[in-house]
Amino acid sequence: MTKHHVSATVNGEPVEFLCETQQTLLDVLRDELELTGTKEGCGTGDCGACSVMLDGRLVCSCLVLGVETEGRRIETIESIAQGNELHPIQQQFLEDAALQCGICTPGIVVAAKALLDHNLNPTETEVRYWLAGNLCRCTGYDKIVRAVLNAAAKMREEA
Amino acid sequence: MARVILQGELARRYTGGQATLVVQASDYSALVAELKRRYPGLVEAIGRRTAVAIDGEIFHDPLHEPIAADSEVHFMPLIGGG
Amino acid sequence: MGNEPKIFSKGYKWVGTRPVRPDGVDKVTGHAAFGADYQMPGMLAGAVVRSPHAHARIKSIDASAALALPGVRAVVTAEDFPDLPSEVSTGGEAPVNFRHVSLNVIARDKALYEGHAVAAVAATTPAIAAEAAALVKVDYEVLPHVIDVLEAMAPDAPVLHEDLYTSGVEPAPTKASNVAARTGFTLGDTAKGFAEADVIVEREFKTEAVHQGYIEPHAAVASYAADGMATIWCTSQGQFMVREFTAKLLGMDISSIRVIPSEIGGGFGGKTTVYLEPLAVALAKKSGRPVKLVMSRVEVFKATGPTSGAWVKVKIGAKRDGKLTAGEMVLKYQAGAFPGSPATLGGMTGFAPYDIENASAECWDVVSNRPKCAAYRAPGAPMAAFGVESALDELAQKLGMCPLELRMKNAAKAGTRALYGPKFLEIGYAETLAAAKVHPHWSAPLGKNQGRGIASGFWFNVGGPSSAAIHINEDGTAEVVTGNPDIGGSRASMAIMAAEVLGIDLAKVKPMIGDTGQIAYSFLTGGSRVTFATGKAVVEAAEATVAELKKRAAKLWKIDGQHVEWRDGQAWCTLDDGTERTPMSLAKIAASAGKTGGPISGAVSINAAGAGPGFGTHICDVEVDPETGAVTVLRYTAIQDVGRAIHPSYVEGQLQGGAAQGIGWALNEEYLYDANGRLQNASFLDYRMPVASDLPMIDTVLVEVPNPGHPFGVRGVGEVPIVPPLAAVANAVSRAVGVRIDALPISPPRLLKKLVEAGKA
Repeated sequence: MTKHHVSATVNGEPVEFLCETQQTLLDVLRDELELTGTKEGCGTGDCGACSVMLDGRLVCSCLVLGVETEGRRIETIESIAQGNELHPIQQQFLEDAALQCGICTPGIVVAAKALLDHNLNPTETEVRYWLAGNLCRCTGYDKIVRAVLNAAAKMREEA
Repeated sequence: MARVILQGELARRYTGGQATLVVQASDYSALVAELKRRYPGLVEAIGRRTAVAIDGEIFHDPLHEPIAADSEVHFMPLIGGG
Repeated sequence: MGNEPKIFSKGYKWVGTRPVRPDGVDKVTGHAAFGADYQMPGMLAGAVVRSPHAHARIKSIDASAALALPGVRAVVTAEDFPDLPSEVSTGGEAPVNFRHVSLNVIARDKALYEGHAVAAVAATTPAIAAEAAALVKVDYEVLPHVIDVLEAMAPDAPVLHEDLYTSGVEPAPTKASNVAARTGFTLGDTAKGFAEADVIVEREFKTEAVHQGYIEPHAAVASYAADGMATIWCTSQGQFMVREFTAKLLGMDISSIRVIPSEIGGGFGGKTTVYLEPLAVALAKKSGRPVKLVMSRVEVFKATGPTSGAWVKVKIGAKRDGKLTAGEMVLKYQAGAFPGSPATLGGMTGFAPYDIENASAECWDVVSNRPKCAAYRAPGAPMAAFGVESALDELAQKLGMCPLELRMKNAAKAGTRALYGPKFLEIGYAETLAAAKVHPHWSAPLGKNQGRGIASGFWFNVGGPSSAAIHINEDGTAEVVTGNPDIGGSRASMAIMAAEVLGIDLAKVKPMIGDTGQIAYSFLTGGSRVTFATGKAVVEAAEATVAELKKRAAKLWKIDGQHVEWRDGQAWCTLDDGTERTPMSLAKIAASAGKTGGPISGAVSINAAGAGPGFGTHICDVEVDPETGAVTVLRYTAIQDVGRAIHPSYVEGQLQGGAAQGIGWALNEEYLYDANGRLQNASFLDYRMPVASDLPMIDTVLVEVPNPGHPFGVRGVGEVPIVPPLAAVANAVSRAVGVRIDALPISPPRLLKKLVEAGKA
């Protein structure tokens, strides 16, 4: 199978990779670039565990082909903390116990950051609808929604 | 004397319908030995796929758990969980 | 957090606090390694060939075309596995028939459900493996199939297993059928009880098969070395379970398999058995390379355990004042393709919250052409509770009584005899009702098209074998090693309990999950047992460590050990003459360990008895749109006796998560089959689990009636919360629309149909 050569920016760094035509961005991240923080829960865009930012837009990386990312900018869960300094959303998830098994957490943190990056004062309803594409089976969402609201409040104070 | 209480089917098959058995035993293994002696086939029918409740406390793999003079003993299905 | 949880403080330093969990940073940054995250040098990708038919004889399998494909390294079929005799495991908890497990992992003569594994391939890339799987030619003779539980029980139903004879019926049947077993429980005399009743409610209920819905699909990597040693890296609820089952299915010694548990992305009971691991080892053995197998979501739905759909009949009678006089239950549960539904557990649990003198349960375990059911959170209990708690709600309406008062009047207490035999010890059911009564939710006003439901639930909770080891490091820090995968924050609880007993700062205690070679046997993470049973092992290991620390302090002081006490992480000494020594810290004792006998540690293995049963009561408000049949959950409160909350946040999380799963079960989730016995909704799009916008905040009240069987009073908490929601939601909808809901899910089309039939739409 002929592979395609793709150049993209991943987490601020230029990367080149070879991928097969049918490989998704999710496959590329996990299998070619060893960025396994992005998770596969369904492969059909229904669970949000594979959420990443593509040119500043929140996408399910399982619905994007690797070859489509030529020349584009990708940010994954691995880029959200600055070195060892957690993002306020990550810190709030820890303090509010907003995770149980943790498999959905990377996708939810990426999605929540995408929300707060453009709306630092969301209502509970806005948080719930924004995160409606991210399935969590453990928490019932209560602590997740609270953590996002609490993180937003702290970020507003610091802004 | 401790009382062993059986669910209907075991009693029908092995103890002539008697659901409450009065047994003299100071611990679980002695109780089982006494049941074996008195009711052939019963202990085998209860088998190892069974938990035992002694005075309300459930044991999954009992051996010499103490039995008091007024103890009540039940055999019940093994319980798992999710 | 809404209502502040009710926590009885006993002056603990760490128990009952809410520290950040030790594995938290790894999980919010994406560094935690789950089942599919492992890569090995030279690793092959596997794929499983699955039956497209619900029921078919496998006449032959031809793998030649697959093997001829460049990059394909191995194909395995049932021929590569020993043909196991019927043998029921006696270790562990729920009985397991290894022949059934083996035939479920890979079909031998017949495929018994759509998605049943018939072969597996390994190739150099996932794409080649998928292509090879499609090239494996399986010659099927399609057989008539049966999906519905009542149809499967019919005398002329297609029979799945020619050697399956119903157990527990007299006379013993002479003909094979799909009815695997009948079990039953009787207390008192129900005929007499019903004769005494002033009011009787009798109704049939139906629930559909639902999936555990963990977000992480099953995944395993296996290697097989030339010396016959296999290593498995996988996601499961128990590394020791995977080791035992895989050894049995492959005819290997247990010591020839090492299982390294990954983080687990949800299980809820669905990861208490094996699907991929034996296939991965067989492929690794045949190919000589490590092999990775990962399920797709479609495979998870079609080939891994949902829990049973159920047909439940409940009859319940009471005096005019609400005192229950008799209860009867008949339960017919889908087992899936192999025997082993949790019908018996339904029969044991349904009436457990109530003091009923005369009660009975008749439980039927029935196979049909569906995936073999697996445990799902309080297996069997939610369906039975749906029937009983709905019937009680109807009874309350008939009596003109408050449904909460009806429950209070009949609540089981210490000394109440359960239908399954023994009397309860210390339990806190009545306390959950009392908490519900004073909760503002219970008395809040309701609007048009709105209704409020209340329901309760019970789960046994289990103990069982667990091991723990504590290692004191040279600088006075400590590791706590246990053998239970941490699904919901249990590492935090282990560290808290160890720190409490050792008397040192929580930050100095690091919990770890050992692989099968690093810690002694521990039964799996399930049955709500980890914080109870493994926690008990941790407490005992910490106590053993403290005993050793005291001995070492005595040696350093050159005194008799009996003079040493342990408080606040230090050894204290008062001699007979009243002389006191300067207290010696754990760190100081650790630093001198070499002088006093070597490294300091404490390791214990126990078979924990004394698990405390758990009870919960849930309140649910809904609003029904009479035009569409859509149900919105407006408010939800989950109240539970948790014994003692070690880390209250994660206990609340269990209540909230269980409630959400139960709400999904009640409102939307179901397995839908077409006429050919093929699953129609094997995706998260069509199998609709609750999303964030479907739910309100879920308020929790932690009632603490300590369990005398645990040093800190812990009761299991994980399973109880999924028992009440089915009826809590259904009762709320019933009251909102004035029509009794007797079937789940209450999805919009189903509810609309019901409303139209009742002339209410």
